[in-house]
Amino acid sequence: MSPPVKILGAFSSAFTHRAEVALRLKGVPYELIQEDLSNKSELLQKHNPIHKKVPVLLHGDRAVCESLVIVEYVDEAFDGPPLLPVDPFDRATARFWARFLDDKCSTSYWLALWTEGEVQKGSVKEIKENLALLETQVKGKRFFGGDTVGYLDIAASAFVGHWLSVFEEVAGVTLVTDAEYPDLCRWAKEYTSHETVKQCLPEREKLLAHFTASKDFIVSAVKSMTPK
Amino acid sequence: MAGGDGDLKLLGMWASPFVTRAKLALHIKGLSYEYVEEDLGNKSELLLSSNPVHKAVPVLIHNGKPVCESAVVVQYIDDAFAGAGPSLLPADPYERAVARFWAAYVEDKLVTPWGRVFRVKTDEARAEAMNQTIAAVDALEGGLRECSGGKNFFGGDSVGYVDVLLGGLVPWIKATARLSGAELIDAAKTPLLAAWMERFCELDAAKAVLQDVDAVVEYAKAVQARAAAAAASN
Repeated sequence: MSPPVKILGAFSSAFTHRAEVALRLKGVPYELIQEDLSNKSELLQKHNPIHKKVPVLLHGDRAVCESLVIVEYVDEAFDGPPLLPVDPFDRATARFWARFLDDKCSTSYWLALWTEGEVQKGSVKEIKENLALLETQVKGKRFFGGDTVGYLDIAASAFVGHWLSVFEEVAGVTLVTDAEYPDLCRWAKEYTSHETVKQCLPEREKLLAHFTASKDFIVSAVKSMTPK
Repeated sequence: MAGGDGDLKLLGMWASPFVTRAKLALHIKGLSYEYVEEDLGNKSELLLSSNPVHKAVPVLIHNGKPVCESAVVVQYIDDAFAGAGPSLLPADPYERAVARFWAAYVEDKLVTPWGRVFRVKTDEARAEAMNQTIAAVDALEGGLRECSGGKNFFGGDSVGYVDVLLGGLVPWIKATARLSGAELIDAAKTPLLAAWMERFCELDAAKAVLQDVDAVVEYAKAVQARAAAAAASN
């Protein structure tokens, strides 16, 4: 009998969603412990001393940090349908694109949404080019993973779909339209309506309220990301 | 062993620490491959078509299929050639997660600011980037303690994934010390890492693959000179 699984997370966090959806797809029961990110618990600070961020997966006395590391851990530690492709080359491709999102797209994504002027213009151009590249990976497929939700779908969910539509509304910026990104939009609908995925997607209205309330904080935090 | 490798080609540039990572992994696994030196000022059609997203080295082409991004390449080598040589990632899922955590840390917290040290224009920005880099090295000392469990490498008794990712950077770590006077891995502050670096350099793979530090220093100076000349003429 496997030791209990807990996730330290925050309802508004797309990265927490990544960890939750991985567990649900593998059929692993877990307890979600909601963190107040403005007042981080001792448990969080103890188990993620380096980053002090959510999500953290606790499996018995093991703590796994970093959302994509958690997804791979869940894939390997538990039985159930594979989240990563089985073929090494396909695995490398999935990892490449997940890194592309988390490393390459992240800064321009935030700047495009939350800054103004020349910095924003340049970032919008960059993120749109990057999203077009990402879109090639889901063209002609139901999911990035093929017929089933997989690692890259889980990675992409933090950047496209449920969270992005909320960010766009709060920021008053449109990055993804049906006309420009038909495959990404189709994917977003498939993903957010997937029967397992939707169990751990936070209610849109609640996300909207949360990010509307946090807008000033986000804008000033993103200002500090602006390249010098 | 060599006959079963399939067609392996590595596109690289001799000075790149990221290419060094790929070479280290290939050497450790005992794999033979064709190496193609790219002129990054005049990139080959093969490079551009194999890595259209980043147009960067290393690219590992296996039976005609390209794998890009050094950390992805190293994992691929471990996955695709699981029977060849030692495993770079441990067998246990939790130990794998710990290795992946520290690999991500090396990329996000060490390599990223360190790259900025060479790219930013102001002394202030450079100092800040260097401080972030040094802070990451401090944290990595703890990472080494956690991963090694008192043994020689992040991978334990033998070289592993994190060792390869960090090991590829060693010539540049030493070159940085000569170029800027900043010891990134200072035996007084991070003794475990300093000892690790010495042991790493003793490995057959390191001796075969790591670039000569003098050559890297000259290369870095030439790049800096070209950048300064370009800035002056603008």
